[in-house]
Amino acid sequence: MMKPVFMTYTKKDLINLAVCMVLSVLVIPSFITTEYWYTSILIPWLCLALATIGQQIVMGYTGQLALGAAGFMAAGAFAMFNLILRVPDLGFVGSLIVSGLIAAAFGILFGLPSLKVRGIYLMVATLASQFFIIWMIDKFGWFKNYDSSGIITAQDIVILGKPFTTPLAMYFVCLAVTTVLTLLAMNMARGSTGRNWMAVRDMDIAAESMGVSLLRTKVQAFAISAFYCGVAGALFAFCYLKSLEPVAFDIKLSFKILFMCILGGLGTINGAFIGAAFILLFPVLLNAIGNNVFHGAIDATIISSIEQVIFGGLMIIFMIYEPLGMAKLWENIKQKWKTKIPSSTNLKSSLGKKT
Amino acid sequence: MVEELLFFMEVLVGGLLAGTMYSLVALGFVLIFKASATFNFSQGAMVFFSVLAFVGFMQDFNIPFVLAFILAALLMVVVGLCTERFVLRPLMNASEDTVLMATIGLGYVLEGLAQAAWGVEVRRLDLGIGDFPVPWIADNLKLFISALDITAGLVAAIMIIGLFLLFKYTKIGLGLRAVADDAGAASSIGIPLKHIMLLVWSAAGVVALVAGCMWGARAGVQFALVDLALKALPVLIIGGFSSIPGAIIGGLIIGAVEKVLEVYIGPFFGGAIEGWAPYVLAIFFLLYRPEGLFGEKIIRRV
Repeated sequence: MMKPVFMTYTKKDLINLAVCMVLSVLVIPSFITTEYWYTSILIPWLCLALATIGQQIVMGYTGQLALGAAGFMAAGAFAMFNLILRVPDLGFVGSLIVSGLIAAAFGILFGLPSLKVRGIYLMVATLASQFFIIWMIDKFGWFKNYDSSGIITAQDIVILGKPFTTPLAMYFVCLAVTTVLTLLAMNMARGSTGRNWMAVRDMDIAAESMGVSLLRTKVQAFAISAFYCGVAGALFAFCYLKSLEPVAFDIKLSFKILFMCILGGLGTINGAFIGAAFILLFPVLLNAIGNNVFHGAIDATIISSIEQVIFGGLMIIFMIYEPLGMAKLWENIKQKWKTKIPSSTNLKSSLGKKT
Repeated sequence: MVEELLFFMEVLVGGLLAGTMYSLVALGFVLIFKASATFNFSQGAMVFFSVLAFVGFMQDFNIPFVLAFILAALLMVVVGLCTERFVLRPLMNASEDTVLMATIGLGYVLEGLAQAAWGVEVRRLDLGIGDFPVPWIADNLKLFISALDITAGLVAAIMIIGLFLLFKYTKIGLGLRAVADDAGAASSIGIPLKHIMLLVWSAAGVVALVAGCMWGARAGVQFALVDLALKALPVLIIGGFSSIPGAIIGGLIIGAVEKVLEVYIGPFFGGAIEGWAPYVLAIFFLLYRPEGLFGEKIIRRV
């Protein structure tokens, strides 16, 4: 029997969703008119946030230290390219789903070691997927349609006969996919699936003795995570890069997504969005400071080095003071506000009673 | 037939000697893991940082070779000091995974600092040892083996023996082993935890510097060293995280297997399989012997 999809949503969630939708569908397109914002910030933000949700599922929710998100993204992107090229009947949305499934197959394959090992050991096993997938795409010409230049131009996005080629249209494509998948992820995380993941994360042996199948839960988490990364990779290549090259999905991107996931807040969906926004926007800010305050006196390579130092430093600081990341920080601030206001009103009312 | 065998021997010996380079990086990991049960992901960044500082001292400040080496080693002691004070001590009671992620952050900091201080271009490091076949061996044994490989092998051997003796027969080594076994119990009987940590991180820093010199002389001092150092991870999985001989044997296995596979099987797949072959080999080890060849059996208490 199918469960109703919105079963686990409260009134507050629906209000949040409505606010987000109004902001992203009505407010942003009418206020932001420069293409730069769409092509360089909003589109990559949505794509990377989606990949970070994938990383969250396996790392934040299931507690498996994986470091191969970019590999699965590459699998999704190149699957997309080949599906549109070779099976044009599938359409854009169909190809997107199938390429996600192909990435999920890789996720299952490389997630299998998680049944035996954990922590750093698992990290090394997932590194194998990262290097293997990139190598495979690079070495077998078929995946790249025997293109010798190394960089392939992505096909135009066509949905139901309509081209989606302007930055705004691509933004809406990314937004639609991200919204649907985010809602699904939240639903899974709150339902029995997510409870199983978290049980395995918190204490796998206890979870197993409670009747949670480790095999099923872990493989499921890896498959779903890789699905998200695959779809994100396809969008990343088709909407943001507009080209496909294996180098774009190297280990650095995997680390970037890991940082987004951890700094944003492990085990939270909104942490994925916060983390992705931070990692994307911070370099922009730093460059702006470099250009406007120091008028380009600081070399661009030095700025990117400083950026690296700050990311690393933040990682250490967060691990020491708030291992649950920015999402938790935000939660704490909200909590402070909430407790402040009622306590003062309580005080007044209790004072009122006395007199 | 003889020629084929000679060629195989050459590939094998070349691989084994190149493997000692991985061992040198892995050695730093093992040192820290042995003494603090911390997995130091930043070891690769430490290799890059130390050797870049070394080359920077020599080329930018014209400091002589030996003095620059000592300065770089001192710098690594300072790095160890800061790491102990600002990263490890606050994370004393944190879970393994948290510390691991903090060391990933530390790696980022070191890479960024090194590049901010010394620039991003590839630098040449000349140790005075050429990366070409030794004529004597080429003439007498008909094997072409690089002088640099042999040096790396010798350096690795010396360091292993030194560290082995240190761990086995000195009071410091005893303290190190005690801390590794149970940090709380060790500190309660008066072993200074702080000093032990500082010592171990400094030692790992110096090992990183030596490894960096070997790698830098071969491939140039550049950012790619960090990625090369990642290959020390499969080495550790094969050898076991807490075993110094394991790091060596693991390095030798990875070096030999990767070279032999690349030469004999690589051409069928378009080459460059050494990029992932070590990791896949590590996966097979994980499935059958997760603690590695020499590691202590992993026991998880519930």
